[in-house]
Amino acid sequence: MKEKQTCLQSASAQTAIKRKNPLAQLIDRLYVLFDDKKVRYGVLAVAVAALIYLPINSSMYITEVMTTFWFNVVVCLGLNIIVGFAGLLSLGYAAFFAVGAYTTGILILHYGISFWLTLPVSVVMAIIAGLAIGAPTLKLRSDYLAIVTLGFGEIIRLAARNMEITGRATGLVGISRPSFFGIAMLRIDHFYYSFLVLAILAIFVSYRLQDSRLGRAWKCIREDEDAAEAMGINVVAVRLLAFIIGSVFGALAGSFMAIKMTAISPESFLFTQSVMILLAVVLGGMGKIPGVILGAFVVVIFPEVFRGIGMYRMLIFGVVLLALMIYRPQGLWPERNT
Amino acid sequence: MSLQEIVIQQLFNGLLLGSFYGLVALGYSMVYGIIRLLNFAHADIYMVGGFCSLSLLTFFGGTFIGNGWLGIIVSMFITMIIVGLLGVVIERVAYKPLREAPRLSLLISALGVSMILYNSAMVVTSGEYRPYKTGLSYEGFSIGSVFITHTQAILIVAAVILMLILHLFITRTMYGKAMRAISMDRDCCRLMGVNVNKIIALTFFVGTALAASAGMMAGVYYGSLHFYMGFVIGIKAFTAAVIGGIGIIPGAMLGGLMLGLLESFGTQIPFIGSAWKDVFSFIILILILIFKPTGLLGKKESERM
Repeated sequence: MKEKQTCLQSASAQTAIKRKNPLAQLIDRLYVLFDDKKVRYGVLAVAVAALIYLPINSSMYITEVMTTFWFNVVVCLGLNIIVGFAGLLSLGYAAFFAVGAYTTGILILHYGISFWLTLPVSVVMAIIAGLAIGAPTLKLRSDYLAIVTLGFGEIIRLAARNMEITGRATGLVGISRPSFFGIAMLRIDHFYYSFLVLAILAIFVSYRLQDSRLGRAWKCIREDEDAAEAMGINVVAVRLLAFIIGSVFGALAGSFMAIKMTAISPESFLFTQSVMILLAVVLGGMGKIPGVILGAFVVVIFPEVFRGIGMYRMLIFGVVLLALMIYRPQGLWPERNT
Repeated sequence: MSLQEIVIQQLFNGLLLGSFYGLVALGYSMVYGIIRLLNFAHADIYMVGGFCSLSLLTFFGGTFIGNGWLGIIVSMFITMIIVGLLGVVIERVAYKPLREAPRLSLLISALGVSMILYNSAMVVTSGEYRPYKTGLSYEGFSIGSVFITHTQAILIVAAVILMLILHLFITRTMYGKAMRAISMDRDCCRLMGVNVNKIIALTFFVGTALAASAGMMAGVYYGSLHFYMGFVIGIKAFTAAVIGGIGIIPGAMLGGLMLGLLESFGTQIPFIGSAWKDVFSFIILILILIFKPTGLLGKKESERM
């Protein structure tokens, strides 16, 4: 173990000498520092403590923004499984949290089912939707998925707008909030904590998936599809699994969103929403979990800081996407290729 | 209306709609055939074409050319050239640097271009509908109680002529031959002395020019333009391209016409109605992908290593 560590350190030290950029040197040093488990867990513990403490000692506004941030972390990590891990492009991700949100909303509003029981139903619905979209397209060329999901996103919105059960254009209003072991979830900090827990869960699951056999299969397919197939990986099944797992993340986040907002309408699930999540994933670095979290943070904070940009926002997002692909396709915090 | 008249009416609507879809689908298909890219920006090119021709037509309305047929033909011609060049610029800036990059990067780059185009249009028009004024009369002829204006009839004819010209261009000229060759094997073409970059640029020019002409026709037909008008037609044109077999030129035309007809007759089915029109064509897309993924004219293709 010790030998391995010194080996790592010397390797990093060598790269540090090679790089002239002081910022890169600093990052390299940080990497070396974080190789020590004690330091890593120490920093993590401090960070988690700070995040738990945050809503106690800050304004409603900051808590609200941070809640949005945790929500975005969950959906971005979900999309990251599809785009980052498996290398598939999904452009209708908002549709999956629409599926989750509407499932929960309808079950609570029309059937009076407890919120916690609607969660498994929305997972099942997401799996069905994921299969219906993924199965026919992934069997063919994987880039068909992009446009089919784009269409799916639009169709779900149109269907929600035209059906009686989804409340047509007004949507569902007055979804009651649940209680958690006797505590009624009413205040914003309750939602802050629930999204924080959800986000930590998503981070944990993402890491476990990344290091699993499945995660390695995804990476392998992304790098070289033909080689992966030759090694005995069932490309279609593994891709489909990525698509479905990603959809489930989205649906769960959507269910929680439904009770946080208490009202959902077709306009909450626009194409813009899907693009914003994609931008966060691409910006941070596809496939890199801390990178994706960073991307989610930037995408949430940016419109808050630059309030005046209004209608230019999506235009700027488009330019950023294009520039990223041309000049820095690996994102802000890329995966390290060892 | 009698059944027969409904059929005639829907047949006509379907042909019109289908020729727009076909013109846009051609560009998708050509670009997909040559660089294996789903060009998301293509649908927005259609929208840009509409707005570009509107500006030109408004400009010509004040001159001796007028905004009647002469004005429309002249502005269509100029629109096709301007927007075609825009397509070439887009290819040069956003796609060419990524030609050897992973497929995913190219798709995201196309998405970026699409967003830039439609959001610029949104900013310019402040998100409002723009009326498309022409100097055309509303005269026409009627079949039974179905009334068809001359404009509508001419639009269909014009679309068919454009498709025929394209077909001749692809099958009878050296450039067309080079395009077909590149879609088969790009590296081999380079070795044979084909200027691959030039031909790809030409493909983009032709494809975007056709989409722009469709955008203009849609403006003339519907009488108004909106920055978001490309979004839905993009998905439908893609459906059309898949129906015919993506990468196959006559397939895109056939697919477009078929989808247009299916859709206009689909609205007559009691349960579906026009509110579900877009859902209907999306379901067709999924069904085609499940049962006949190579399209009507496509041959079974094995993916090359």
